[in-house]
Amino acid sequence: MALADTRTGSGDPPKVSLLYNPAVRRGVFQVLTLVVIVWVIWYAWHNAAQNLARANMTAGFGFLNSRAGFDIAQSLIAYTSDSTYMRALQVGLINTLVVAAAGIVTATIVGLLIGTGRLSHNWLIARLCTVYVEIFRNIPPLLVIFFWYLGVLALLPSIRSIFQHLEEDPDAVFFISNRGIYMPAPVFGEGFGLVVAAFALGVVAAIAFTLWANARQRATGKRPPVARINLALILLPPLAVFLASGRPLSFDYPVPGSFNMRGGMVVGPEFLALYLALSLYTASFIAEIVRAGIRGVPGGQTEASYALGLRPRQATRLVVLPQALRIIIPPLTSQYLNLIKNSSLAVAVGYADLVAVGGTILNQSGRSVEIIAIWMLIYVSISLVTSLFMNWFNAKMALVER
Amino acid sequence: MAETTIYVRDRFLAPEAPPVSDSSVIGWMRRNLFASWSDGALTILAAAALAYFLPAAINWLFVSAVWTGADRTACLTVEQGGQLPAGWSGACWAYVGDRFVQFMFGSYPRDELWRPLTVVVLFVALLVPLLIPKVPRKGLNALLLLVALPIVSYVLLLGGWFGLRHVETSLWGGLMVTLIISFVGIAVSLPVGILLALGRRSEMPIVKTACIVFIELIRGVPLITVLFMASVLLPLFLTPGNNIDKFLRALIGVSIFASAYMAEVIRGGLQAIPKGQYEAADALGLNYFHKMTFIILPQALKLVIPGIVNTFIGMFKDTSLVTIISMYDLLGIVKASFGDSGWITPVTPLTGLIFAGFVFWIFCFSMSRYSAFVERRLDKSQTR
Amino acid sequence: MAKKIVTALVGAAVLGLGATAANADTLSDVKAKGFVQCGVNGSNLAGFGAQDSAGNWAGLDVDLCKAVAAAVFGDATKVKFTPLSAKDRFPALQSGEIDLLARNTTWSISRDSQLGFDFRAVNYYDGQGFMVKKELGVKSALELSGASVCVQSGTTTELNLADYFRSNNMDFKPVVFEAQDEADAAYNAGRCDAYTTDASGLYSIRLKMANPDDHMVLPEIISKEPLGPAVRQNDSRWLDIVSWAHYATVAAEEFGITQANVEEMKGSANPDIKRFLGEEADSTIGADLGLPKDWAVQIIKAVGNYGEIFERNVGQGSPLKIDRGLNGLWTKGGLQYAPPVR
Repeated sequence: MALADTRTGSGDPPKVSLLYNPAVRRGVFQVLTLVVIVWVIWYAWHNAAQNLARANMTAGFGFLNSRAGFDIAQSLIAYTSDSTYMRALQVGLINTLVVAAAGIVTATIVGLLIGTGRLSHNWLIARLCTVYVEIFRNIPPLLVIFFWYLGVLALLPSIRSIFQHLEEDPDAVFFISNRGIYMPAPVFGEGFGLVVAAFALGVVAAIAFTLWANARQRATGKRPPVARINLALILLPPLAVFLASGRPLSFDYPVPGSFNMRGGMVVGPEFLALYLALSLYTASFIAEIVRAGIRGVPGGQTEASYALGLRPRQATRLVVLPQALRIIIPPLTSQYLNLIKNSSLAVAVGYADLVAVGGTILNQSGRSVEIIAIWMLIYVSISLVTSLFMNWFNAKMALVER
Repeated sequence: MAETTIYVRDRFLAPEAPPVSDSSVIGWMRRNLFASWSDGALTILAAAALAYFLPAAINWLFVSAVWTGADRTACLTVEQGGQLPAGWSGACWAYVGDRFVQFMFGSYPRDELWRPLTVVVLFVALLVPLLIPKVPRKGLNALLLLVALPIVSYVLLLGGWFGLRHVETSLWGGLMVTLIISFVGIAVSLPVGILLALGRRSEMPIVKTACIVFIELIRGVPLITVLFMASVLLPLFLTPGNNIDKFLRALIGVSIFASAYMAEVIRGGLQAIPKGQYEAADALGLNYFHKMTFIILPQALKLVIPGIVNTFIGMFKDTSLVTIISMYDLLGIVKASFGDSGWITPVTPLTGLIFAGFVFWIFCFSMSRYSAFVERRLDKSQTR
Repeated sequence: MAKKIVTALVGAAVLGLGATAANADTLSDVKAKGFVQCGVNGSNLAGFGAQDSAGNWAGLDVDLCKAVAAAVFGDATKVKFTPLSAKDRFPALQSGEIDLLARNTTWSISRDSQLGFDFRAVNYYDGQGFMVKKELGVKSALELSGASVCVQSGTTTELNLADYFRSNNMDFKPVVFEAQDEADAAYNAGRCDAYTTDASGLYSIRLKMANPDDHMVLPEIISKEPLGPAVRQNDSRWLDIVSWAHYATVAAEEFGITQANVEEMKGSANPDIKRFLGEEADSTIGADLGLPKDWAVQIIKAVGNYGEIFERNVGQGSPLKIDRGLNGLWTKGGLQYAPPVR
């Protein structure tokens, strides 16, 4: 490539046959690629159109406004069988986001614990954490989901035995059965908005206080007790408002119905199996990333911070962790993305995520092209947004050379 | 030294044994288990948990387990209609034993089992020398494994030639399918991944954009959607009436998916090669093809062997997803057997899943060990 | 270079692994390749399409496939089965992967018109029902308000279920599964109170349960589910053959022809029977269908008449023990009726 340039120094470029001219070759190659791509797309498009015409079907997204006709078990927004396909997809998307968010939080916490546990001086803890990582890293996530769903959750007590248990102990409010975990649902009374507002105010105040404390530390070298004051700022105002406004919160307790418990809140085994499997599986990878990150910070950094008089906790928080995070964040991002993508395994246990709902619509309406296009679009967008956020976070954490 | 001493010790005392708290088991425990109060508490907690769960697990897996039996009554308690005492729970290995051939080969005709077995022997015979660094002729070996073996196994497994009976792919199943899919995935994704990675680093804008779009699109979506696309949309995109075997469609889906990931691994290797190598190759007057095949790729690929193995591990685990497009790989066939009335018991699913998990684990674990071994070797050769 | 090799390999694999071209004339294709490719139920639905441990297929739908093979080739073994899930049965027929779909598929107007298929014969009149555990003490589907119901996604069953509960002002919790065996396992494990699918399927699934006697099928039938073979649209000759393969078995039952007496019935004095069995000298029925003269004889020799097929697969001769009911002959209060063989 750079070949031609080096020779141009001595006047005219040497005569090169058109066949060997890099610029021409490059152009020809690109045109060829373009032709192949266009041809493939045209070929697929043409055949799809023909096949659809043969089956008396038309392409387009208009069908999203027709009646779905099927019910969805887990829905966080209002949905009945009279809702549209569009609404059904929204339900699926929300379910995907919920399980992914819950999974990411849990996986990060568990991964952090296990990863630091593997580096622990405690022999037993380090071994146990190693065993955990080596088991979960080497088993397909789908198998872990089935393990929870068929192997563990299905063996929990049946709903009938819960009914019997309730007869003996009528005050029980929390039940674990093979239909899920039942618990009281909070009912927010009038005035609960004030509590939320107080909480929001508290958070804002805490942030402001932290900024002030930082400035003060820079100016005077003394740091006010930020953690304790922040905790108070965040917790006390909402608590005070809550008590002052006459405790506007009650609970809806689950009671035995004809076949299932009525009322209360239920976390279904489908969600649980998926959530547990995704968290535990991804946690094993995050643990390895955390371990590599912490080990990637040279020991001299810790020693130097001790020499400066930092306490071990301060050394970890102010010196080791910020440096470790730089190593951790990029691979952590791809683990988060993997978790989001793996949440599509929901379809295996019938959790109504985007892929499961989309699959049902695909079957009911026969609109395969449109549904798969919607899937791809949504997942690529979720991935992009997550990557953008993590890149921003990464840039914030990156080494700022002064 | 000038000073003379009155007493010179000419016999040294025997060295003291290190303090008990430092050398004995107690010392070890103090250092490694009870270094501080919180450490001790953690240790005791973990030990208690182990003491509670480990014996129970061993009991469930081995001691109480049922090893022989013809049908589900062997693994049922008296109240469920079997002979075992009430309250019994344990693994039902008899079921795994009964279904073992099916778990390995699916419904492959039982009198033709020598064919997959031959393929297994060939595969092992070609793979082992490739994995041992000292054995020479790696190039020929890789060529045999990645080109010759697929052709031979294709003829052997599918049949229809040389007097071999034709065995439809719908009869294939079990571990055999898992291995075939992941092997084909790696064999296809390596060359395609190299092309994509080179394309992504190329200076030609159209080629580059096309590669980036393909790689990022595929990496941005879950494998399930790619598999659905291959199994549902592919027939739609072909000329009416042309139709591809379902098994092949799954292979295409997995290969597309693996190629995109492989491309990124290889790109990492390409980026790690110092610029000087590219420039030196240019200075020697090598054209692009020669530069890549003789200078850059050999170095880059060697660098990313651990990454390739990791991708392969991921793919091996991901093949289990073909269950969702109703194909019967190892996990799929194990799961399908839960519904078999001959073996329905409360412990069947758990036993089957533990068995399948163990098989997957053995494969993935040994691969990850191998990758670590290569990584160490590479480290050594580079810090020379 | 590498690209070329890959393309060549993929191309070779495509050809080898069975690229078939489906023209509008399925009969010629079938004759050319020498066997009928038949799509059947992939989840071992006993009585309709199920494989024993040796890999042999049996069932009502399987017998229909065999009947078609017997009619075309005079040899009921010249048939290959493709096990299909609810999801991939239609693409499989649309794309020409299979020649005929006999997978307990409901004939509905949208499938007939919208999906590009043709239905005509109905080899089993079914309806959607519910199965519950006896210990629940439920005697009618109308008592199921509040229950969790296991159902397979993407089926007409799923839609009927929603409509039924809605129209009766009852609520329910759907527990939806992609594959039938997953739904079976979940119901068996107590994840749901009731299981819904076609009544025939319920009987078959009941057999798979650890203790079939613990479960009962409720009396309500909430939908019409005529199950029959489907072929691609615009291929009336093939549709004729597939439909008449079924009608021949019904006609045989009407005539009293059985697998055992078919040879001696050839000598019957009844002109209808003689025409049916191809014994009439100038009979062109077989040729008009594109089949050998003795096509009906071959079918009955291979699988027997409809009554025999029914009893063997789902009736008293099988573990399912389903009554003839709607599937009795029209002369006996059922719906099975063969057009005249004339």
